[in-house]
Amino acid sequence: MARFDHAYREIGDHENIRQIYVYEAPMRLWHWLNAAVVVALVATGYLIGTPLPSYTGDPSTVYVMGWIRFVHLAAGYLFAVLWVMRIWWAVVGNNFARQLFIPPIWSKRWIDGLRYQIAWNLFLVKEPRRYSGLNPLAHIAMLTIYLVPSVVLLVTGFGMLAEVAGHDSWQYHMFGWMRDFAVNTMDLHTIHRASMWLVALFVMVHIYTAVREDIVSRQSMVSTMLSGYRLFKDRRGPDE
Amino acid sequence: MKNGMSTKKTFYEVITEQGIPRREFLKFCAVTAVTMGLGPGGHEVLAKALETKPRLPVLWIHGLECTCCSESFIRASHPLAKDIILSMISLDYDDTLMAASGFQAEAILEEITTNYKGNYILAVEGNAPLLDDGMACIVGGRPFTDQLLETARHAKAVIAWGTCASFGCVQAAKPNPTKATPVSKFVKDKPVINVPGCPPIAEVMAGVLSYILTFDRLPELDRQGRPKMFYGQRIHDKCYRRAHFDAGQFVEAWDDDGARQGWCLYKLGCRGPTTYNACTTIGWNDGVSSPIKSGHGCIGCSEDGFWDRGPFYERVPDMAQFGIEANADKIGLGAMAGLGAAMAAHAGVTATRRALGGRDKDKETEDQDGQG
Repeated sequence: MARFDHAYREIGDHENIRQIYVYEAPMRLWHWLNAAVVVALVATGYLIGTPLPSYTGDPSTVYVMGWIRFVHLAAGYLFAVLWVMRIWWAVVGNNFARQLFIPPIWSKRWIDGLRYQIAWNLFLVKEPRRYSGLNPLAHIAMLTIYLVPSVVLLVTGFGMLAEVAGHDSWQYHMFGWMRDFAVNTMDLHTIHRASMWLVALFVMVHIYTAVREDIVSRQSMVSTMLSGYRLFKDRRGPDE
Repeated sequence: MKNGMSTKKTFYEVITEQGIPRREFLKFCAVTAVTMGLGPGGHEVLAKALETKPRLPVLWIHGLECTCCSESFIRASHPLAKDIILSMISLDYDDTLMAASGFQAEAILEEITTNYKGNYILAVEGNAPLLDDGMACIVGGRPFTDQLLETARHAKAVIAWGTCASFGCVQAAKPNPTKATPVSKFVKDKPVINVPGCPPIAEVMAGVLSYILTFDRLPELDRQGRPKMFYGQRIHDKCYRRAHFDAGQFVEAWDDDGARQGWCLYKLGCRGPTTYNACTTIGWNDGVSSPIKSGHGCIGCSEDGFWDRGPFYERVPDMAQFGIEANADKIGLGAMAGLGAAMAAHAGVTATRRALGGRDKDKETEDQDGQG
């Protein structure tokens, strides 16, 4: 447990640390590739449910919906592959790579940090705490409105793909059970779409918070996902 | 009538007695073999089975239903097919179609279940309402649930005709006031073949029965218990308007130019992408048309719970949990707008606070950094 705890490590005010190497190159690569894939998925996914105005012309040469679906399905496969890579890296990478998957709800300090972080976002406390990895609030948000919807999107997505690919496909053998779960496959579409909106909401919150925290918090945010280093702006030790 | 029981005869003997020529018989075999996807020589296998095997006693009972399955069935498209089918399956009991009535009719049930123990097919049209011991559906003075269980006990297999029997259909739609229950969830100890559709296609119904008779086994079923040969493909994948879907050409309103040009009905709620049936391959009324062919989207009538996945004319279905008019898009867009406003306010407060008091501290910090 201490091993996982390390990633949350709150950097106490007495600690004189300038920077910590947090995100290794595969993590950063995953983040940005994933960002691109998610944007493509949400954009094309939205258009599959509520298509563009009709395109005139002969259907032998016009393939608008076909291409939108192609991009969506291709990006969907990439999304799945990226998650597999991400999980693999969580196993072999540093502590910060596996932090997301295990919230230390057993840790009192973490729960206290969660309360504090909420208070900070409600302007109730003057100064945020410093964290090396994800702060507890960011962690909860990432888990509930990104990781969980992502998994739901993946299984419902492949469940629907199984319908397209047919009864003899590997997609059907692997995800055909989604049929039993969903009663009517229309439900897979509805769940998939609702989860898409959750992810879209996450993207909004994520970008806003990352930029805001970069400005007002005591550490770097956006650049950390570029360079991998978490920089701490102030260093106030007990001796100062 | 040597045996005294007409059911001991082969199907072929029965139809020749009725004056149906062999040519018509072979035509029926050919058409049915093709709809079953039996491949070359399939019609010969079918013909041989119908000539040599004793015909299949079928009890056709009716629960909570509208009789649209029977109506569809007696309109099987091929000429004389209705005679062929009706004699083939020796509809020994069908309270809608049989001449007998009253005690005489009910006696047949008893007779078949005793004489053909384990060797007759039970076809169920409609489902059983379980509320109040089945009081919502009384047949011959007793709850339909009793009749269903008694006849199913010695059946070889049970065929659930239509979406009512297969999945519940309209009487099982929310809030399902009579607790209408699909056959497969009520009869647990017998194989149940679901042949959904509201109604199912006549050729599909004939095909399922012919298959059982010909091969003496049940057809391969999918996860929903439906014969794969007829329910293995989506309407969408076989739709003749699919090219317009891929092109992104949609009917936007029922009277627009796209509707006249036969574009895709997806935007007007067509359920083709989520519906498995043979409508687009076999067609209705002798293959004359099908819902999409006649300009109306598929409503997904052969899918479980299709009544609760409305509205039929919108692509993104309602999410009743969030209010009557809500769907995923309205909720999602609403949440985004709300969140956007909250974020703007939050950013505003952050900026104001920094402008009012945060600056000095920042300078201090910079100074410290400069020193350190």
